[in-house]
Amino acid sequence: MTDVLRPGAPREEILSLDGVSLWLSGREILHDVAFSLHAGELTGLIGSNGAGKTTIFRVILGMETPSSGKVLFGGHPRPRRNRSIGYVPQNIGIDPDMPLRARDLVALGLDGDRFGIPLPSRRRRHLVDEMLDAVDARDFADTRVGKLSGGELQRTLIAHALIARPRLLLLDEPLANLDIRSEQEVVGLLATIAKQQQIAVLISAHEMNPLLPVMDRVVYVAAGRAASGSTAEVVRADVLSALYGQHVDVLHVHGRILVVAGKDEAHHPEGESGHTVVPRGLG
Amino acid sequence: MTAVLNGIFEPGLFTSEPVRVAVVVGGAVALVSAVVGVFTVIRGQSFAGHSLGDLGTTGGSAAFLVGANPLWGFITFAIIGAGAMELFGSRRPRGRDMATGIVLGAGLGIAALFLYLGTTQDNTTGATITILFGSMFVLRASMIPVFAVLSVLALAIVALLYRPLLLSAVSQDVASARGVPVRTVGLLYLLAMAVAVSLSCVTIGAILSTAVLIGPAAAALRLTKRPGLAIAWAAVIGLGVTWIGILLAYDSYYWPPTGRGWPVSFFVVALVLVVYLLSDFASHRQARRAGAQAMAARKGLGGAAGGQPEGIRARGAR
Repeated sequence: MTDVLRPGAPREEILSLDGVSLWLSGREILHDVAFSLHAGELTGLIGSNGAGKTTIFRVILGMETPSSGKVLFGGHPRPRRNRSIGYVPQNIGIDPDMPLRARDLVALGLDGDRFGIPLPSRRRRHLVDEMLDAVDARDFADTRVGKLSGGELQRTLIAHALIARPRLLLLDEPLANLDIRSEQEVVGLLATIAKQQQIAVLISAHEMNPLLPVMDRVVYVAAGRAASGSTAEVVRADVLSALYGQHVDVLHVHGRILVVAGKDEAHHPEGESGHTVVPRGLG
Repeated sequence: MTAVLNGIFEPGLFTSEPVRVAVVVGGAVALVSAVVGVFTVIRGQSFAGHSLGDLGTTGGSAAFLVGANPLWGFITFAIIGAGAMELFGSRRPRGRDMATGIVLGAGLGIAALFLYLGTTQDNTTGATITILFGSMFVLRASMIPVFAVLSVLALAIVALLYRPLLLSAVSQDVASARGVPVRTVGLLYLLAMAVAVSLSCVTIGAILSTAVLIGPAAAALRLTKRPGLAIAWAAVIGLGVTWIGILLAYDSYYWPPTGRGWPVSFFVVALVLVVYLLSDFASHRQARRAGAQAMAARKGLGGAAGGQPEGIRARGAR
């Protein structure tokens, strides 16, 4: 524990992708993607829509098999059924009539893959309460999951994923559709979880700025290619220009980072602030 | 007092053999349908449930034509239908819906042919009525063991898959990441649904089987937010509407103007509708009351944050 917290000490590697490429119906979706995730670190998977973020998640979860390259979990190939990965998907819509309270959904994180009807148990209830506290969800623990707000559902799903004590927590666009307050709460919560529980947290986002204060590493994805390292190493004009295959500028404005296209190329600004450019026809 | 009771429970009700069989078999089937139906509703498979009933019509009418017990026709075709749905149940919902629609149309067309042939053969429309609208009062006591085994099978599948079914109803991806074999679970559930629908095809009729699959479950989901209680409510409602339906149908033999009696299926389906409307009304009233309470609580606190950020508290109070 003390080793891990000392700056510069090597942190335990939880997951590594090595030269991962993926072809789906004749198109190369991922090209030579390589990065690793470490215990206690929060990593941002940054890229615009369609860059390949969700596909990277699906590869890590074993829902897609890479055409080439390796996915190693603690140095070994991932087992078929892996309880040590927690997953929070993007924007799931739940029917308002679904007969589940937030606490029931958290409990399903503990044993949702088991057969039979669960017997009421004090230990189970205690674990669920503990996890609801950890994500500050006690206020809406007895609300139907279909009636939770975006931020509340997000925290419930985080508790659902965490209760199984994973080594790795994957969150697909957890900040999409959240108001600024909920966004800050969720980001702060995830940073705390990574440090306290010494798990690797991977968060995908199309906008990196909300994550800047807490992100230990960044994996920047564009057109199926990825660059990884610290923010200072990756979010630079030369690195991102090579990734995009065209000149881009990286501007620092009041502690925020803007990635904008160079004016010498035809370009397609994307996203609400025009911060990211995706060149077409690359890959 | 006795006169009133005699008015409700007309003479001979409890000594009639057909009524006793109807109470046992009809009740068991309604209970199975209601329990299985809770998952049909939360998994969004109501259309699939209805399709199984339609395919059952083809099977039931074929069985009738060759002189077999319609139950076997219902169940064979429903299971084949469930298998086909799983096979085509790919990632293209629109294509799947079209394919299902075309197959169902063809199935019902074949059923029309079989029922026509059956009718002209026997010179009676009894078969058509029995297959499409069921008849609890013509069930034979000798079939009780078969119904029991099939009921237990469907309930056992649902009990075994309780947690994986709930989780995959929330999100297939979350369930899959959690280690649930979602495809196998989905296929086994379709099997349970095929059995439940086949059983109710016999009692309440192929056309009306959807009503007892979906109705009690939909009403139960309005009444509670807990999965176990939802299943219990659905079972109680399913059982209740069936038994009251049987009672009313028996009594209707004594109603004016004729002594002919009305079909049980009509009463059961009508009661399902009434219960659903009542539960919908109850849930709206409850929501309004909760809303009013939350408003009053917020006013009382004067906006003072009780250790929680304002935004969260307001939303949590819904």
